[in-house]
Amino acid sequence: MDNLHERYERQIALPQLGEAGQKKLFSAKVLVVGAGGLGCPALQYLAGAGVGMLGIMDDDIISLNNLHRQLLYSSEEIGLSKATIASKKIEALNPATTIHTYNTRLTNAQALKLFPLYDLVLDCTDNFATRYLINDACALLKKTLVFGAINRFEGQVAVFNHNQEENIRPSNYRDLFPVPPSDNEVMNCAEAGVLGVLPGVVGTMMATETIKLITGIGEPLINKILLLNLLNYQQSIINIPHSTQGAANLPPDEQAFLHKDYVAACNPPSVFNIGRERLFELLEDPQTLLVDVRELHETPVVAQLPLIQIPLSVLHQNFDLFEKETIILFCQSGKRSLQAAALLTEKFGSKKKIFSLQNGVTDITGPVY
Amino acid sequence: MKTTVHFYGQLTDITQTPVLELEGIADTDSMIKDLLEKFPGLSQAKFSIAVDNSLVQNNTRLKDNTIIALMPPFSGG
Repeated sequence: MDNLHERYERQIALPQLGEAGQKKLFSAKVLVVGAGGLGCPALQYLAGAGVGMLGIMDDDIISLNNLHRQLLYSSEEIGLSKATIASKKIEALNPATTIHTYNTRLTNAQALKLFPLYDLVLDCTDNFATRYLINDACALLKKTLVFGAINRFEGQVAVFNHNQEENIRPSNYRDLFPVPPSDNEVMNCAEAGVLGVLPGVVGTMMATETIKLITGIGEPLINKILLLNLLNYQQSIINIPHSTQGAANLPPDEQAFLHKDYVAACNPPSVFNIGRERLFELLEDPQTLLVDVRELHETPVVAQLPLIQIPLSVLHQNFDLFEKETIILFCQSGKRSLQAAALLTEKFGSKKKIFSLQNGVTDITGPVY
Repeated sequence: MKTTVHFYGQLTDITQTPVLELEGIADTDSMIKDLLEKFPGLSQAKFSIAVDNSLVQNNTRLKDNTIIALMPPFSGG
């Protein structure tokens, strides 16, 4: 056990923080969802500051193209679990911090189970489906949410659902954007690009907001969003009043929340569905690939059109086979191909045009009796 | 009467400028109509509108020298 005073003496020396603030940090419990660009610096500074308990959640593995901005990880750790490696690094940084590691993608049920165990939740994720899931769970559970998001050279930081004063209804992300855009409508980092230091700056600001909220110092961005541009250092702080449209789109209770499909809400199936006529139009383009996602034994066998077979069950291991620009997926009924379309959209974003045959194989063969 | 509009994120891909000054705009609805005429691509974009650093949900009357922010959602992390 190291000398507690020595480790934290430079921040205890701050009159605004002092011993009292340090004690608040020791007893604080913070869940960081996403251990990527935003999560890495946020975790480092929160552990450094002496936050008593940290939850680290991520289902992803470390990739080479993460390393320009996710500086908790090193080259020899490529292929390993982000949550596991982040936990090891954070433990080495501050052994006094209790760490809970979650190698999973957040589900609705898990949010209801885990969030009450923490004082604050940090949204360090990279997709709208999980961002709205986190927001709605925090609104439902009245849990303070520190939000951060990035795009190219610009960042957004906000504090939602923080019940500071009884007479002010706290705002949440739905007061800003009542319904999710589809992931197709807004480019992610993979498509839009991101300057490596940007998540470093924004993730560090999220840790700053968290420390301010825990210790009660300064003016956290409660019901406000900070917009930051690294190219010219222009900043704006926008007030977010409580909106009726935002409130109307929140799930009213836990049951409604548990039944909400956030992935589908961000990837409306209708955008993928096409019928027989559109199929044959698209097939005239040599850059179109027709893919049968049924299991190999399923009938009727389609012999009349050039296609490849990649069953849904092994689709995630075969992303390299989807070389063409336009992908048309089909299965027996149009349901599994929709799942495949959602998976491929998650993988390729708007780089490819992805379609699903609405009525399955019958759109090719005609009705089979 | 002057209105200064700041575009954030990938809205600047459509507008090709981060800031634009408009003259004689009475309210946010007519501002949006004016912007859609100048930049039809904005009709496909999602964004929220802030008037003098406060988010607005409904049509809002504009005073002289108002600062507008058009802010898209970011998902990156």
